[in-house]
Amino acid sequence: MIEVRVNGRLRRGEAEPRLLLSDFLRHELGLTGTHVGCEHGVCGACTVELDGLAVRSCLTLAVQADGCEIRTVEGLEWGRLQEAFRRHHALQCGFCTPGILMAATDLLARGPVTREQVVDLLGGHLCRCTGYEPIVSAILEAAG
Amino acid sequence: MKPPPFLYERPDTLEEAASLLAEHGDDAKVLAGGQSLVPMLNFRLVRPTVLVDINRIAELGEREDGRVGATVRQRDFTGNRLVDLAMPYVGHYVTRNRGTVGGSLAHADASAELPLCLVVLGGEVSTSKGRRVAAEELFISHYTTALAADELLVDATWPEGDTVGFEEVALRHGDFALSMCACSLRVESGEIRSARVGVGAVVERPLLLELELEGAPATAETAREAGERAAALVEPPGHLHASSAYLKHLTSVVVTRALEQAL
Repeated sequence: MIEVRVNGRLRRGEAEPRLLLSDFLRHELGLTGTHVGCEHGVCGACTVELDGLAVRSCLTLAVQADGCEIRTVEGLEWGRLQEAFRRHHALQCGFCTPGILMAATDLLARGPVTREQVVDLLGGHLCRCTGYEPIVSAILEAAG
Repeated sequence: MKPPPFLYERPDTLEEAASLLAEHGDDAKVLAGGQSLVPMLNFRLVRPTVLVDINRIAELGEREDGRVGATVRQRDFTGNRLVDLAMPYVGHYVTRNRGTVGGSLAHADASAELPLCLVVLGGEVSTSKGRRVAAEELFISHYTTALAADELLVDATWPEGDTVGFEEVALRHGDFALSMCACSLRVESGEIRSARVGVGAVVERPLLLELELEGAPATAETAREAGERAAALVEPPGHLHASSAYLKHLTSVVVTRALEQAL
């Protein structure tokens, strides 16, 4: 049994040691906004915030998150970033979007960003719909 | 794509971690950032019976100038000039939030950037057995270090280089290097006085090359010739993505570019 604070709420759930944080969030807590693509850290779809930093939930064991703060895409407030994604058509099927929103939120929280940093960030996220350029534009617009 | 079952231990002190490793030996694996180990677990390429999670051992997360604790996150390791050049090539932005400096060293992937940097800088690591191991003796081969099964990497000491350069070519941004070069040169009055030039990915461990650059003029021509000599010194086996000849060519390119940066 582990205890985590997810999107501000204290949650408990069963977690055998080999359970990935991504599967804990989806299957134990029902938070299916966090998507699972590759399960080896390449696609970025499962990115969540763990104690304030964006991490791959498929490369973190649920037991490691015991006692930690987690924010998933369900816990993101609707704001400039999502509006910019809509305006720039930065998603089509939406599979990659939760992970990219979480990673971009981490980047934007660190202060002013350059196009180069956004491109570097997206190097860790696979999107098969957009060709990335609309996502770059959306994140830069949200950065102001 | 899910890890096989294992027992999970989360010691709070270095002593507890060392005794767990002593108890379980080869059956145990140390879990630091998990950015290489967890994919290998997910693929079931490794099947440890016990994972020893060292993330909550406070002293391993400490940093004092050039001495960097094992669980310092890659994103937090800034301020060493060569490492600052290499770090953008280490995994991805998000994996650097979690991946650790010590984990990358102890994992000893031959195409990893941090082991190559530590060798070129002439750094060393200290271990839970009180040993200090020079970087050149630490890396033995693919995923193999001089650390014993029950020995934990505690910290690494990273000297500042002289003037430094780093260059890498990979298939995709953030992917494993096909070839890479790190160098640290001392240049005085237009002449190279000392040079440490190392390559990775095309060798089974980070390797310093004998390029006999001392006394050579600090010019683009010197960098180009050194690249050609470097290519002749490595014999990488070809693989799915690149033939041996192409990897040798890439090695000449990255060595030349890294030296040009430093000169």
